[in-house]
Amino acid sequence: MGVTDWLRRRLDHAVDDRLGDDVGARTRALVFRGNEYGYDAYGLGRDHLKVAALLAGWVYRNYFRCQAHGVEHIPAAGRVLFVANHSGQLPFDGVVIGSACFLEPPQPRLVRSMVEHFVPTVPFASYLLPRWGQITGTPENCRRLLEQDEAILVFPEGARGISKPFSRRYQLQSFGLGFMRLALATGTPIVPVAVIGAEEQAPAINLKPLARLLGAPSFPIVPYPPFVPLVPLPVKYRLYFGEALTFTGDPDDDDDVLEDKVRAVKHRIESMLHLGLRERKHVFW
Amino acid sequence: MSSGERAPGRDDRRRRKVVITGISGRLGRVVARALHHDPRFLVEGLDRRPFPERPKDIVHHQVDVRSKKARDVFRAGDVDALVHMGLMHDPRATPAELYSWNVGGTSKLLEYCQAYGVPKVVVLSSANVYGPRPENPQFLSEEAPLLAAQRFPAMRDLVEIDHVASTFFWKARDTDTVILRPVHILGRVRNAPSNYLRLDPIPVLLGFDPMAQVIHERDVAEAVLCALAPGARGIYNVVGPGEVPLSVIIRELGRRTLPIPHPVARPLYALAFRLGLSSYPVAEFDFIRYVCMVDGARAEAELGFRARATLRETIRAVDEPS
Repeated sequence: MGVTDWLRRRLDHAVDDRLGDDVGARTRALVFRGNEYGYDAYGLGRDHLKVAALLAGWVYRNYFRCQAHGVEHIPAAGRVLFVANHSGQLPFDGVVIGSACFLEPPQPRLVRSMVEHFVPTVPFASYLLPRWGQITGTPENCRRLLEQDEAILVFPEGARGISKPFSRRYQLQSFGLGFMRLALATGTPIVPVAVIGAEEQAPAINLKPLARLLGAPSFPIVPYPPFVPLVPLPVKYRLYFGEALTFTGDPDDDDDVLEDKVRAVKHRIESMLHLGLRERKHVFW
Repeated sequence: MSSGERAPGRDDRRRRKVVITGISGRLGRVVARALHHDPRFLVEGLDRRPFPERPKDIVHHQVDVRSKKARDVFRAGDVDALVHMGLMHDPRATPAELYSWNVGGTSKLLEYCQAYGVPKVVVLSSANVYGPRPENPQFLSEEAPLLAAQRFPAMRDLVEIDHVASTFFWKARDTDTVILRPVHILGRVRNAPSNYLRLDPIPVLLGFDPMAQVIHERDVAEAVLCALAPGARGIYNVVGPGEVPLSVIIRELGRRTLPIPHPVARPLYALAFRLGLSSYPVAEFDFIRYVCMVDGARAEAELGFRARATLRETIRAVDEPS
């Protein structure tokens, strides 16, 4: 019919050609509850997922040459919360963890991450991210998906983690407690994930006065053109998946009771970070 | 005295008399037809508009709901249920007129129901009362706050009607009140979503394609029937067969789209509306920008309601010949 339909068909063919047997088969093998039009209730579409898988797969394998350890700890089915450290100014750590769960285990797993509330107001991102399985970060969405036995990725450090300056690399910021309440309420095991490499993808300092002026949480500056972090450096990513941790207790307990449990997760990530940094010989390979 | 004790004695002898407001509207006629086919009910209409293709055995009161004559419909005390769907959505009417008709009219009707002991009241609200917002969770439950008026005052009436009805739900304990909040109703009805989907090309906002829920007009009538069951009371979201992106609905209908960048769309359509070139109120652009979807699990569990039409049938319903 129109130009857009023609473009869409061309794109579809191009994607199918480049997808390769492995990624193509994985896209088809992915289990999700789609309706007669191929969309699930959160806006995930299998055809859109192909494009995402192609792009993310290239970033994962060719750009960051990611090395994943402890892949056997990614459960093949059932509800799970991946809890990871957040860093590097740009949210590529989410892309890489998602790709690892999609590309590494025998049965591909779709990991949904929770996006910020402003994303639905941004043109294109507003619908592309949901098409790729990402959801608006509200506790209701998270609870509902966990009850449907899905896998969710959370960064309890949030903006504190991703926007911290290079001088505080690999120092975990304070963790939010929300993820633990959800895990307790839904009986979800927590798989801790340590991400190594993301910190060096955009070594930044924070221009605090400018951030305050713009009302943004931070204003990062990198020492190379274009001086704002837009494209990450081609660092080598190393992922460490830990054994699943199961917690029991009342999700409505006081903060200090929950903090003990959260600290256990944080320590687990911290020790994997130390191990990974010891094993790492070079930032770029 | 609960409705459970009262109902059997009256039901055995004769049909339940149901008064439907807004019966002359398209949706009103769909609901009236569903009830008319059901031997348990005796339908009466209450609408200030005439009811042209009225079946012989439907009594129609062509009066304003705010008038004294409307009270007479209830005075005899033999009304068994009120289905209230006579709301005015005309975007060209003055706010005062809309308020007086919608909120004033609803309060009056509920006052009669309490005064003359009507045992069942069904109010057709809308899932739009929650409001499309970027922070919305994917599925809103019945407990979610009604925030539609936050972004556009034109919705204030609908939100207030819902509040008036929920206040009545708590106040009139002898009446079983059911508030239904259906998602976008599609069909031959002339409501905003159906009118919008009948445009060609359909204006959309560039870079936005929210998930939407739709329901067939006949499924809404079915939900009203479920709500009329003795003993049913409460507030229920009413959902159709599923969720789809707006673009898929448009493609299914074979329409062209007219993508407009959103900073331009508002002023452009506000001007067109003022000049009478468009009948689409700009405030409603948020409905094609953000999600406003609801969880219909409670209606399924407690009312036993489940949409019958498939997604494809529901979407195609806007093009059904009238």
